[in-house]
Amino acid sequence: MEWILDPWPWYVSGPLIALTMFILLYVGKNFGMSSNLRTLCTICGADKTCDFFCFDWKAQRWNLLVMAGAIIGGFIAANYLSADQVPDLNPHTVSQLQSLGFESAGKSYVPTELFGSEAFSDPATIGLLLAGGLLVGFGARYAGGCTSGHAISGLSNLQLPSLIATIGFFTGGLIMVHLIFPLIF
Amino acid sequence: MKKNIIYLAIGIFFGIVMYKSEAASWFRIYEMFNFQSVHMYGVIGTALLTGILVVQYIKRKRLKDINGKEIKIADKEKSIARYLIGGILFGLGWALAGACPGPMFVLAGAGYFPILIVILGAVLGTWFYGLLKDRLPH
Repeated sequence: MEWILDPWPWYVSGPLIALTMFILLYVGKNFGMSSNLRTLCTICGADKTCDFFCFDWKAQRWNLLVMAGAIIGGFIAANYLSADQVPDLNPHTVSQLQSLGFESAGKSYVPTELFGSEAFSDPATIGLLLAGGLLVGFGARYAGGCTSGHAISGLSNLQLPSLIATIGFFTGGLIMVHLIFPLIF
Repeated sequence: MKKNIIYLAIGIFFGIVMYKSEAASWFRIYEMFNFQSVHMYGVIGTALLTGILVVQYIKRKRLKDINGKEIKIADKEKSIARYLIGGILFGLGWALAGACPGPMFVLAGAGYFPILIVILGAVLGTWFYGLLKDRLPH
């Protein structure tokens, strides 16, 4: 059972993500995580501000349960199924990140510079995290889906719109890492 | 009730896979956009390959779900602008926050609490989209 505690290789993880989608299809649902963000808006009262949020959110309760499960899954994986998991990054990536000021590269699961508890007391970090979230939320709804809905579910269904969205995801990511990171880090 | 437990269990499974595969790691996303490892391409690529094969099989055989209904994935509406512009905005945020809408909740569970700021941003971003929707090219 040692292998469970190790990082899972990509050729195991990828098919397991597809399996998540198949189980959802089998129980009559679709794989799409960003829809939950819209449901959360409605629950918070956004339906009083515009029609986009006027829908029966209770019909989406199943997806909120999947989301709640993902939170529990993250807790279980981090606390009981890992022996301090640190991604085995390319050494070039590590040295590149260290030169950008990410000392935690190669030493932690996510950068402590962004996700350590000090983040809450640093306005610049709060700004970056908030901006990242805003773009993800706005972009996912504008594109009608995120990585799960388009890059996995939509592309599996051979949808051209999902291919365009996925090309957009990668274009945006490349712009951020290669053109904007040098300006902000 | 029983169904609720199934949905929760699917989420738990998904959360564990996201964490253990490191798809929820900011570092892995950065590495991917630098083309410095096969890891994330392998995760997405094998998910997609398995997905395509099984979805095409499901469609050809007209398989039914647990309720006896034919399994269908709705076709996406035709457009270029919304997918490209929305996709690029999403990608900018994905690389900056290092998390997409699934993994951000996984990280909250794993105890990286500043991710809650990302989640707050994502909910606000979704709301802003709703407010501006009719003025955007689709």
